[in-house]
Amino acid sequence: MPYNIGFDTSRVPVVLVWGGATLVAGFFLGFVGNLLWQGLPHLSWQFLTTDSLDAGRQGGIAPIIVSTGFILTVCLVVALPIGLGTAAFLAEFTTKDGKWGRFIRRSLDVLSGVPSIIFGLFGNALFCHVLGLGFSILSGGLTLACMVLPLLIRITEEGFRAVSHDYRLTAAALGCSRTSTLLHVLVPLAAPGFLVGVILSLGRAMAETAALIFTSGYVDRMPESLFDSGRALSIHIFDLSMNVPGGDRNAYTTALLLVGCLIMLNGLVTWLTRHWVRQRLGVA
Amino acid sequence: MISLRSILLFPLQADRLLVWLLRGLAGIAGGLVILILGFLLMETLPALRHIGLSRFFTDATWHPADALYNLTPMLWGTLFATAGAVLVATPLGILSALFARYYAPRFMGNIFRKGIEILAGIPSVVYGLWGLLVLVPVIAQWQLPGPSLLAGMVILTAMILPTILLVADSAFAKVSQPSIQGAVALGIGRWSIIQRIIIPASKSALLTGIILQTGRAMGETMAVLMVCGNVVQTPTSVFAPVRTLTGNIALEMAYAVGDHRAALFLSGLLLMGMVILLVMTAEGIHRGHVHAL
Repeated sequence: MPYNIGFDTSRVPVVLVWGGATLVAGFFLGFVGNLLWQGLPHLSWQFLTTDSLDAGRQGGIAPIIVSTGFILTVCLVVALPIGLGTAAFLAEFTTKDGKWGRFIRRSLDVLSGVPSIIFGLFGNALFCHVLGLGFSILSGGLTLACMVLPLLIRITEEGFRAVSHDYRLTAAALGCSRTSTLLHVLVPLAAPGFLVGVILSLGRAMAETAALIFTSGYVDRMPESLFDSGRALSIHIFDLSMNVPGGDRNAYTTALLLVGCLIMLNGLVTWLTRHWVRQRLGVA
Repeated sequence: MISLRSILLFPLQADRLLVWLLRGLAGIAGGLVILILGFLLMETLPALRHIGLSRFFTDATWHPADALYNLTPMLWGTLFATAGAVLVATPLGILSALFARYYAPRFMGNIFRKGIEILAGIPSVVYGLWGLLVLVPVIAQWQLPGPSLLAGMVILTAMILPTILLVADSAFAKVSQPSIQGAVALGIGRWSIIQRIIIPASKSALLTGIILQTGRAMGETMAVLMVCGNVVQTPTSVFAPVRTLTGNIALEMAYAVGDHRAALFLSGLLLMGMVILLVMTAEGIHRGHVHAL
C-alpha cells in the first residue's frame, strides 16, 4: 500500500484532508454513539420475546421479528433459484459480448439502480392488485426478491468465474455433460460466492423499508399465515418515530437491533471470504 | 483459450433441458426491468390520456382532491436535496479517502476504513430516525421550523458519503505504483502527486461512483421523508420544508385511487427515467464511450 508518498510543500492540503476526515469521523462517531446511548439500555431478552403493546410504545417486538423472518424467507426462497440459475447462465453459457448475455447484464445493471420505492410501486401493482395477494407477507417477500436479484446474481456470477478453467476442460475431456459438470463440479466450487451473495442479499432485504410500506403493510400483530400483513423491523422503526408520539425509545432499541444484525452479517461475509481465500491458498 | 471457451459454451444434445431452464430463469431476471416499466406505464396511461402530460407541470398546485396534479414542487425538492448532498459528499468523501490512504498512519487509516464500511451498510430508516430525533431539533433551535431541505441534504450526504469514500479508496488503490514511485523519486510533493497523478488516473471510477450515488440520493425515500417536513412547495431557502417525489409517493400511495394513483405512478416513472439515464451515463463512462473532461 502506497503510504508515505512524499511530503507536502504547503500546509493547506494537510489541513483540508485532516479537517475533512475529522469532520466525517466525528459525525459518524456521534451518530453511532447516539444510537448505542439511546438503544442499548432497553435491549433485553424480554424486549425480543414479548408482544408489542399500545401501538408499539410499550412491550417488545416478537411479532415484528417473526414477520421479518417470514418476509425474508419468502424473499430468499424465490430469489435463490432465479439468482443461481441466471448467474450460471451468464457465467457458463454466454460470452462477454453475446447478444443475450449483454442484454441481461445491462438490464440487471439498470435494475440495481432502480430506487426501492419503485419496487414498492411495482410490487403493489403486480402482487397486491393484479395477483390479488393484497397487503401480505407474500407480496412483501416477492417484492424484495425482485430487488435483491441484481446483487445476488452479480456476486454469484463472480463465484462461477473464479472457478479455474481446468475443471471445465477436465470435465469435458471426461465426457461429462454440461448438466453434470454444472451440478457436480461448478456449483460446489462456486458455492462460496453464492453464499456470500445470499448473505449480502439478506442484509439488503433486511435494511429495506420503502419497498415494503405498501406491499407487506403495517399490521403489528403476530402473523398467522403468509397471506397476513406483517410489519418488518425497518417499518416498525419508521412507524414508531413518525406516527407514534412517545415511541422513540422502542424505535431506537429496534434500530440498534437491526444495525447489530446487519453488522453481524457483514462480519460473517468478511470472515467467510478470508477463510476461503486462506483455504484456497493452502490447497495451491 | 478463446476457441476452447467457445467449445465449452456449446451445449450438448443431452443438456437441452438444463439450457432451457437456465434461459428461462435468466429471462425472468432480465425481463424484470421491462416488466417494472410496463407496469408503471400501464398504471399511468389512463391518466395521461385524459389529463395530459402537460398538466402535471402547469397545474396551479398539487392538490389531488381537487384534481390538481402539479409535480414541479416535488421535482425541485428532489433536485435540490440531491444536488446539495452530492456537492457536499463528493469533496468530503474524496478528501477522507485521501486521508485514509495517504495521510493517516497506517493503523488509523485501516480503522477509519473499517468504520466507514460498517456505516455504508446502515439502513436509511436508521439515518432517518437520527435525523428526526437529533438533527431536526438542532436545526429548529437555529432556524424554525426544523424539518427542512437542509436536514434532507445532511441526511442524504451522510448516506452517500461512505460509498463515495469506499469507491474513491478502491480507485486510488488501483493507480499504477511505478508512476507514483517515479514521482516520489523526483521529489514531487505529496499534494502534487495527488493532483497530477492519482486523481487523473482514478477519474473515470470516481465519476462513475458519484453518478451512481446521485441516483441513489434521488431515489432515497425513508430518510428524506422523515426529515424534510413534506410541505408541497418550491423551496425558497434551505430552511424551508420540502416534499420530494419519493416522499410524495410514500405518503399518499396508501389511500390514492384513480387519477391520483396514476399521478403517483407517473412520478415513479419520472424517477425511474432519471435513474436509468444516470446508470447509462455511468456505464458509458465506465466503458470509456463517454469521455470525461
